[in-house]
Amino acid sequence: MDYLYFPGCTLYTKAKNFDQTARNCSLLLGFELKELPNWTCCGATFPLATDNLMALLPPARILASAREQGTVLTTLCAVCFNVIKRTNRLFQEDGEKRDKINNFIEKNYQGDLRVVHYLEILKQEVGFPQLKERVKRPLTGLRAAPYYGCMLLRPFEEMEFDDKERPTIFEGFLEALGAKVVEFPYKIECCGSFQSVGSPDVATECAYKILGSAMKNGAEVVVSTCPMCTFNIDHKQSDIKQKYLDFKTIPVLYFTQLLGIAMGLDHRTLGFEQNFVDPLPLLKGKGLV
Amino acid sequence: MKGNGAFVKRAMVIGGGIAGISASLDLGNAGYDVVLVEKLPSIGGRMLQLSETFPTLDCAQCTLTPKTVETGQHPRIKLVTYSEVEGIEGKAGDFSVSIRRKAAYVDWERCTGCGLCQQKCPSKNPSEFDRGMGLGKAIYTLSPQAVPNKPVIDPSHCRYFKEGKCRVCEKICPVKAIDYEQKDRLVEERVGAIVVAVGFDLIPKESFGEYGYGELPDLIDGLAFERLNSASGPTTGEIRRPSDGKVPKEVVFIQCTGSRDPERYMPYCSRVCCMYTAKHARLYKHKVHDGQAYIFYMDIRSTGKGYEEFIQQGMEEEGILYLRGRVSRIFRDGEKLIVWGADTLTGRKVEVSADLVVLATAMTPRKEAKELAKKLGIEADDHGFLTEAERKLRPVETKVEGIYLAGCAQGPKDIADSVAHANAAASKVQALFAKH
Amino acid sequence: MKIELTRQKVHNEFAKKVELISGQNLFACYQCGNCTAGCPISFAMEIGPHEAIRYTLLGLEEEVLGVNTFWLCASCLQCTSRCPKGIDIARVMDALRMVVLRRKERRDHIQISEFPEGFLEKVPQIAFISGFRKFLS
Repeated sequence: MDYLYFPGCTLYTKAKNFDQTARNCSLLLGFELKELPNWTCCGATFPLATDNLMALLPPARILASAREQGTVLTTLCAVCFNVIKRTNRLFQEDGEKRDKINNFIEKNYQGDLRVVHYLEILKQEVGFPQLKERVKRPLTGLRAAPYYGCMLLRPFEEMEFDDKERPTIFEGFLEALGAKVVEFPYKIECCGSFQSVGSPDVATECAYKILGSAMKNGAEVVVSTCPMCTFNIDHKQSDIKQKYLDFKTIPVLYFTQLLGIAMGLDHRTLGFEQNFVDPLPLLKGKGLV
Repeated sequence: MKGNGAFVKRAMVIGGGIAGISASLDLGNAGYDVVLVEKLPSIGGRMLQLSETFPTLDCAQCTLTPKTVETGQHPRIKLVTYSEVEGIEGKAGDFSVSIRRKAAYVDWERCTGCGLCQQKCPSKNPSEFDRGMGLGKAIYTLSPQAVPNKPVIDPSHCRYFKEGKCRVCEKICPVKAIDYEQKDRLVEERVGAIVVAVGFDLIPKESFGEYGYGELPDLIDGLAFERLNSASGPTTGEIRRPSDGKVPKEVVFIQCTGSRDPERYMPYCSRVCCMYTAKHARLYKHKVHDGQAYIFYMDIRSTGKGYEEFIQQGMEEEGILYLRGRVSRIFRDGEKLIVWGADTLTGRKVEVSADLVVLATAMTPRKEAKELAKKLGIEADDHGFLTEAERKLRPVETKVEGIYLAGCAQGPKDIADSVAHANAAASKVQALFAKH
Repeated sequence: MKIELTRQKVHNEFAKKVELISGQNLFACYQCGNCTAGCPISFAMEIGPHEAIRYTLLGLEEEVLGVNTFWLCASCLQCTSRCPKGIDIARVMDALRMVVLRRKERRDHIQISEFPEGFLEKVPQIAFISGFRKFLS
């Protein structure tokens, strides 16, 4: 089956490694990500001001356009997923706002699209047991910490993604790849998000706590689903090192990069050059590349 | 029922409030004769003063009146009102209780309860039942539905007793029931068990110097607010403040007034104030839509069924502003009462120019409770709350076999808990009787 | 400092505006502090989110708009997901931001021109677009 796919801005630029690995892996797993034509930015934040309908226009346009192409829309970036899924939900539940926005964008979208995350496709369509069977290079011995962040999980009632306090989908995925899952309390704590723009020091502190928690629990690699999180917990490790001199860096990979390794893709196609902390020494040490 | 050594299966209940009524009805319905002794002219107790009750907001009198009527008409319940226990002798199965029947100056055998005497009585004095806010007559019943519906004359207000002339009631009475010569009488009752349900009082607002020693007319206590809000009260249920009858737009309620204050007043929690204050504020908002209710609290204790939900509804739906802090001082400024409180959540001093202040004053035992305990040979704590045999496992028994406790005489309780306590006391009496 | 309360102040225009923008009932707040307890950023805030709600309810407009609390909120929704009263606290924080950003004169919270050289090239689009939406008038 093919899926309509919304990559989002960052996956076209600073997170090409996320986008490319996801596309390549999907082909190996028997489905294709069909990129939505003429997509725009999702808005990058779901407006929390209840009267801010303008901020809903980009995701509404994306949804309306996707519905003209199919019935299921998938994304990778957790922020895009959050914005698009919440907007879709709003279209389902708030008729007044739906009509207003439809009127404005000259569409008649009724909220009847299913918005799914790539991880959900892997779990529900491919199936983790089946995924496990198709793994060519099990990540045996790799101690991986699944970092969920916020946007996949919250608000729980709208995202309906996983348990909001103890999610397990990511763990199931990593186990299917043969990795050793590292449980750590900060896996659902915020990376600081857009505060990397507003108050970079605060975001640095958030990242330091998350990485520290993962390492304390034995992680060798932190796995991410979000380019925003990845910036904060991977790229900001340079800031952390400046502030905490004894801080030891830890690689942060997109879950699709790990999937690529497990599916046997050549590591040179996995876009490691976009990762701040080079994962190759670790992966080589584990015999995974 | 001569003193032939047989175990007397007849009970006395002292106190005709909701606890005493509940215990009496249970025992009467179980087939035992009951003597119900009440200090006031009629039964009903504190609940009769209340307007609505939490957490259902149903009318107190509407729920109580069927009970008082049933008690008054019960073939096994003998009402001995306007009476107080003088002395007790004997033991379980054979108590001899002497009761002082206070002079009512009305022959209740003749009186038909027509009410003419009350209408014509020329004396007007602050009504204790209405917490001093309304005017009562020198010859009175506590309510139009009083059980028994017989008046008494208060000689301290009666013109004839004070000045030697008037006798209007005597002239008007169609059945010649007025008897100015009546004297207190002592009567004896023999019973096998006693339930003590003498209820509670409130610490007087005059105790609080920082709140003006009770001299600010628009500073009232919770029972007074009940009367203000009651259709049978001095304002027929309109919220009007005592000083000038204006509808108050800024009303401050203060919880823990005299409670949880071991240094100056009572160390204990009075248990009902959180709920009745929330009720007051909500009832106020129901009547004065554009008014604001403020509640100063230290903690909110709402442990009963449906209680927390009741409080939250008040906050969320009726916009009652809860302020976490105590009030240090209240004084008058023109028509306003200046309230100096705190909001410890912001760490700020809070000042409200209030039109009316309602104090949720501490529940105390009846002042005569200690003396009664001595007569009964049971124990009371330092405050005067009667002491149960064991704090957890024997909550209605006393150290004396055959004497049981019900309601707030044992400690602060709300209506639901008082009734449950009374039901338990009545079943203890039945168990005692069944053994013999 | 002292707060003088009146019924007009309890239902002050500022609190009403915050309630309107956020769609939340500030009177519902228990002041239990769960939001502050679970906030990943409260360590850096001048007052906790629960205090910001309290200040707003009591009409302390200038005080609450003067703290960094709502600017530091990352909209992670941890507070919202655990609030026992179902208050969407993140929406309240956003509403406080909006009250400032929507004022007549432009009140940007961040100055793009002051970003260090190369900063925007480094930061992913998702972060700065999101940030601009939260911090620019």
